[in-house]
Amino acid sequence: MDIHEYQAKEILANYGVKIAEGGVAHSPEEAVQRAREIGGDAWVLKAQIHSGARGKAGGIKICKSHGEVESTAQELLGKTLVTHQTGSGGKVCSRLYVEAATDIAKEIYFCILLDRSTERIVMIGSAQGGMEIEELAETKPDEIRRIYIEPAVGLQDFQARKMVFALGVGDQQSIQAIKTIKGCYRALRDLDANMLEINPLVITRSGELIALDAKMNFDDNALFRRHMISELRDKSQIDPREVTAADHDLNYIGLDGDIGCMINGAGLAMATMDMIKLAGGEPANFLDVGGGASAERTEKAFRLVLADKGVKAMLVNIFAGINRCDWIAEGVVHAAKNIEMKVPLIVRLSGTNVEAGRRIIAESGLPIIVAETLADAAEKAVKARNELVESELRGDA
Amino acid sequence: MAILIDKTTRIVVQGFTGKIGSFHAQDMINYGSNVVGGITPGKGGQKHLGLPVFNTVKKAVHEAGAEASIIFVPPAFAADSIMEAADAGIKYCVAITDGIPTQDMMRVKCFINRVPKEDRMMLTGPNCAGTISPGQAMLGIMPGHIYTPGNVGIVGRSGTLGYEAADQMKALGIGVSTSVGIGGDPVNGSSHRDVLEKFEEDDETKIVLMIGEIGGRQEIDAGIFAKENMTKPLIAYIAGLTAPPGRRMGHAGAIISSVGEGAAEKVAILKELGVTICPTPSAMGDTVAAVLARM
Repeated sequence: MDIHEYQAKEILANYGVKIAEGGVAHSPEEAVQRAREIGGDAWVLKAQIHSGARGKAGGIKICKSHGEVESTAQELLGKTLVTHQTGSGGKVCSRLYVEAATDIAKEIYFCILLDRSTERIVMIGSAQGGMEIEELAETKPDEIRRIYIEPAVGLQDFQARKMVFALGVGDQQSIQAIKTIKGCYRALRDLDANMLEINPLVITRSGELIALDAKMNFDDNALFRRHMISELRDKSQIDPREVTAADHDLNYIGLDGDIGCMINGAGLAMATMDMIKLAGGEPANFLDVGGGASAERTEKAFRLVLADKGVKAMLVNIFAGINRCDWIAEGVVHAAKNIEMKVPLIVRLSGTNVEAGRRIIAESGLPIIVAETLADAAEKAVKARNELVESELRGDA
Repeated sequence: MAILIDKTTRIVVQGFTGKIGSFHAQDMINYGSNVVGGITPGKGGQKHLGLPVFNTVKKAVHEAGAEASIIFVPPAFAADSIMEAADAGIKYCVAITDGIPTQDMMRVKCFINRVPKEDRMMLTGPNCAGTISPGQAMLGIMPGHIYTPGNVGIVGRSGTLGYEAADQMKALGIGVSTSVGIGGDPVNGSSHRDVLEKFEEDDETKIVLMIGEIGGRQEIDAGIFAKENMTKPLIAYIAGLTAPPGRRMGHAGAIISSVGEGAAEKVAILKELGVTICPTPSAMGDTVAAVLARM
C-alpha cells in the first residue's frame, strides 16, 4: 500500500527526521492559509499523487506570493498528472502539500527497503541525490552504497556511521544524519514498511539536513496489525474497480484490454492472461477468485468484471482442486442468469467432477461457449470478442 | 524414492482442530499420508479425527515421532508456528498460510538458519499448495487424484498452475515423482534452486519442470544452478508476460520491481542458460513429453 508524501513526512517527523515546515491543503483558500501559517516569501506547492517524477509532470511549483499560491493551487487541484509510473490514465491530484521553499546546497539519495534476494533490510545511499535511483544505478553505479542489516540484531551504530560518511555529509550535519538514518530504520521496522525513500535528502545553505521528499510503501500482509497505516489509504489514487473488488475481498487488477477474466489461483490467472495475449487479445483485468469460490462469490466476481463497460467477452477458467466443477458450474449459471449478459461468455472447467460441471452448463439453456483446454479457451474468447466488435461496427455503420 | 516425503513420513498438522486444518488433515489421511497427530495449544490429550492432539510440536516429536509438519495457522501466528517446528526438530515443514508479513518471514529464515545446514529444517511455502509424492503421501491441499506416479519432478510457485501442469501430463500418460509448491511470497522457505538440488539427488526423478513467475530472481538462480550442477534436463514456464510493472499480481511476491524480473527477460536469460522453455502455459505437458522422448 502506498501513502502520500505529506503522510510519510508526518510519520518521519515522529521518528526524528527533520522536514521543512508545511501543511496539506484541499482548496486554494486552504493553500493560502497554509502559506500564511508557514510565513516567509516563497513556497513550494506539491501535488499529492501516488507517483514519483511529479516535477517533470508539472506537479511541483514554486510560488513567490499568496496570489500565486492561490492561482497555482487552482490549477493543480483536480488536475490529472501523467508520469512514467502512473500509466497512461494518470492520477488525479485532490490534495496539495504546501511547504516552505528550501535553499538547497547539496542533494543526497537515501533509501531503506526489504531486499527479497538477501532476505535482509538494506540501506541504499548515494552522495549523488536528485535523480532517480534507476538512473543513478545506470550512470554512476560506483557512487551507490549498500549496507545490509542482520535481522537478529538490527541496525548497528557503526553501520549508520558508515552510511553517513558514504553520503558525504559535513561535520555540521553528521549527528542529524545518524539520527535520520536510525529513525528511518525504526519507522520501516516498526510500521512494517516495504520501502522508505528520501530523494532528495538535502543540506540547506544554512547547514540543516532536511528530508525534502518522502515516499513509503507498506506490506499489505501486515496491515492487519497496522491500523493507523490502513487509515492513510487514499481511495482516489486507486482504480475504482479495484476499490470495489477490495470491498468484496476479491483480488482484482484493472488492465487496458477488453477480455474480462475470472480465474482461480494467481499463477493460473497470469498464465490465462498470457494465453489471451498469445491468441491475439488483451485482458481487461486480473482476477483471482481464490480456492473456495461459492455461488455468491462467483456472482460478485461476475458483476465486478462486467461493471467495466469496455469488456467485450468474458472468460472463466477454473481448475477445481479442493473445489468441485459442478458447484462452480452452478455458480456460473446462476450468475449469468441473474446478470443480463451482453457479451459472450466462455467457460473452461477442469479438475474434480468436470463432467458433471459441463453437463450443468450444457443443460442451462444459456449461450455459454464451452472450452476444453487453456489454449482452446483463450482462442474462443478472442474469436468471440472479435465477432462482437465486428458486429458492433456493422451496427454503427 | 521421491523427494521430501514418502509413505513412511510421519506427519503432524499444526492448527489441527481448526476448520481448515481438519478438512485438509482428513483429505491427507484419505490419500494415504501417514498422519500421526496434530498440534493445537490447550487441547493436548484430546483426540481429533481419531488421532492424538498435542500442546506443543516438541511433544509430538517425542511421543509420535513426528518428522514433517504442515501449517494451517492464521497469518498473525504462523511465523511463530514455523519457528516452533524448527525448534522441535521437525525435518520438513510445509506452510500453507497465505498473508504472513514479510518481516516475520525474514526473522523465521534467520531462526531456521541458526543451525548448520545438515541439522536445518527444510521449509517450503508459505502461501503454497504443499508437496505431493503421488501414490505415496500428500502434505498439502492439492487434488491428489490429478497426479500419477512417475519420473517428472515439478517445482512451482503457483498452486493451480501446478495442477494445470500435472493435468496436462496425466492426459499424455506422464507421471510425477514429487511436486513441490514453494509459494508466491517474496521471502519463502526454499527457493526453486533448493528444490532442484533435491531432485538432482533423487534416482526416481529423470527431468524437472519449473513453473516460475514474474518478480525476484529465483528462476534465474535456479537456471544457473542447473547449468553448473545438474545432469537432468530442466524445463521452465514463466507466467506473467502480460503483467504490468509495479503491480502485485495476486501473489505478494509477483511484482516486477526492477530490471530482469519480468517474464520475457527471465525467459531470455533461462534460454541462454540452456533451459528448455515452454512457450505457452498450455504446452507444459507437450514440452515435457518432447524432452522425455529425446532421452
